[in-house]
Amino acid sequence: MAARDSVLTPTTMQAAGTGHAHFGRLLLAEWTKIRSVRSTYWSLIALIIAFLFFSWLFPYLTVSNWKQATPTQQANLIEDPIGSIMSSGLFVGQLAVAILGVMVTASEYSTGMIRSTLLASPHRVRMLAAKSIVFALLILVIGEVIAFAGFFIGRQTFKSLLTVNLSSGDVRQVFGVGLYLGMLGLFSLVLGSLIRHVAGAITGIVALLLVISNLIQLIPGRVGKYLYTYEPTNAGFAIIGKRLPDNFLISSWEGYGVFAAWTALLWALAAYLLVRRDA
Amino acid sequence: MIQATALTKRYGPRLAVDQADFTVAPGKVTGFLGPNGAGKSTTMRMILGLDRPSSGSVTINGVPYHRLAAPLREVGALLDAKAVHGGRTAYNHLLVLAKANGLPRGRVDAVIDLVGLHSVAKKRSGGFSLGMGQRLGIAAALLGDPGILMFDEPVNGLDPEGILWIRNLMKALAAEGRTVFVSSHLMSEMALTADHLVVIGLGKILADEPMADFIAKNSVSYVRVRSPQMADLGPKLASRGWRIEPQPDASVHVFDAQPAQIGDVAGTAGLWLHELTLVQSSLEEAFMRLTAGSVEYHAGQTGDAGLAGGQRVPDGTAMPGWGTPVPQEIQNSQVKERTQ
Repeated sequence: MAARDSVLTPTTMQAAGTGHAHFGRLLLAEWTKIRSVRSTYWSLIALIIAFLFFSWLFPYLTVSNWKQATPTQQANLIEDPIGSIMSSGLFVGQLAVAILGVMVTASEYSTGMIRSTLLASPHRVRMLAAKSIVFALLILVIGEVIAFAGFFIGRQTFKSLLTVNLSSGDVRQVFGVGLYLGMLGLFSLVLGSLIRHVAGAITGIVALLLVISNLIQLIPGRVGKYLYTYEPTNAGFAIIGKRLPDNFLISSWEGYGVFAAWTALLWALAAYLLVRRDA
Repeated sequence: MIQATALTKRYGPRLAVDQADFTVAPGKVTGFLGPNGAGKSTTMRMILGLDRPSSGSVTINGVPYHRLAAPLREVGALLDAKAVHGGRTAYNHLLVLAKANGLPRGRVDAVIDLVGLHSVAKKRSGGFSLGMGQRLGIAAALLGDPGILMFDEPVNGLDPEGILWIRNLMKALAAEGRTVFVSSHLMSEMALTADHLVVIGLGKILADEPMADFIAKNSVSYVRVRSPQMADLGPKLASRGWRIEPQPDASVHVFDAQPAQIGDVAGTAGLWLHELTLVQSSLEEAFMRLTAGSVEYHAGQTGDAGLAGGQRVPDGTAMPGWGTPVPQEIQNSQVKERTQ
């Protein structure tokens, strides 16, 4: 049909090709989507600025107030300087990733874009997979870049006080930033796909990150410890910790595994519902 | 070719589409006509795989939409609701769709020029007017140069020039051998574009026939005659076998006759005529009569006012509720008051 002279394809016009919606093309389409809206840039700039600023601020304040610090605080810092560089920046920066992740899927529903998307890629699970891969990889790469940038900023700031070395055991804490953010991005994306409503999904993920994850440890006894440990974002956050809190029951990598398992479970549910529900 | 077989969509207790069977053939414009809420959009969304049928099936060239390997190359669709992210430029919106199916970038430029959005292609579509948004939707539908095109209420929001443009575009697409399926709630719009008509009311297919047949079946015409000597003229007209209905305003409606024939009768008898007018009911009236029993949202009792124009109308108020479709065989005659 392409070579025919018609209202759509005058002979001078380029032919439309085979037009198969295979996976590589869906990856390209999702990448084009992500880089063609402003919310991506705003969120990533917020992430980068917040993370780098805090990876300077916390060491700076520590150095300035060293004499007033209690011996316990001093001991904790000397034991785990990398964790203290990473955690405050990550705690704030993760909100940008969570919100962007939610928007990547939920905004398709609020704008109606999902209908255009599904017309071009009617195999819905394939579309969700392409979206997940593109977004998680983007956040993973940016996360690793800012992790190392933050590490060097923090190390320079700490210089007058202590030398921070990147021993083999501590590399996890730096790489963990990208790993955590990538998984959190995916987790949020899946949540957006399940809730299909931008405001609702943002409320959900922010409540989980800032409120539920902390309040949950107020539950007394063993139950509280289990809930605190296996809450997805707490479990994932352990990847950047050296000495984990007493009420955290598993190791850093196990924690990250729990976060990944939660994400995989919700992803499967999202894929199932995506196919079942009307768009 | 689009083929629906016993296609049904149920939302809770409500049947949005009820056992719909129809075929949309290539090479012509098929109009999909029905009042608001009749199930047009739901049917179109099921064709496109956006909604799952509760039962029955619908196929595109023999396969369901979700099994199409190259969807945009086979089907292009303009949906009634907005289907774009307002934060993305028109160009990038089309580029995303093109990439998903591996269509060359040149297609994006081509369809942008075709719909006349060149000057705003790099602007974010959130600021577009209704008409511009509609053109962007049409551009997306044409992107893959598809053999099947579906337009849900395409003239909504377009200015007269735009309406003329989309009309001609649809006809040209059909003339190229493509399948064109276009929904509307305006019979007048369909009369100008469609070659074939599928009428839906309350989810049921009420008619599926060529436009010419629909017109022949549903349009009623008569001749309005005024004469100061009606007492003499009346029996002469009746004796020719024409049906005559005296009106309160002293005119007479003559059915089954042409004005010239009536004039000849009067002339031969040497009788005066003061009026001899051919009155044809519009297709809009025929459509309203067909769907009178299946309009979901009635606006009070003003239904009859909309059918005014010298036409005997079935008494809309006599219908026993909107749940009962009008049987086809009584469309041309009066709807008798039915008691429940």
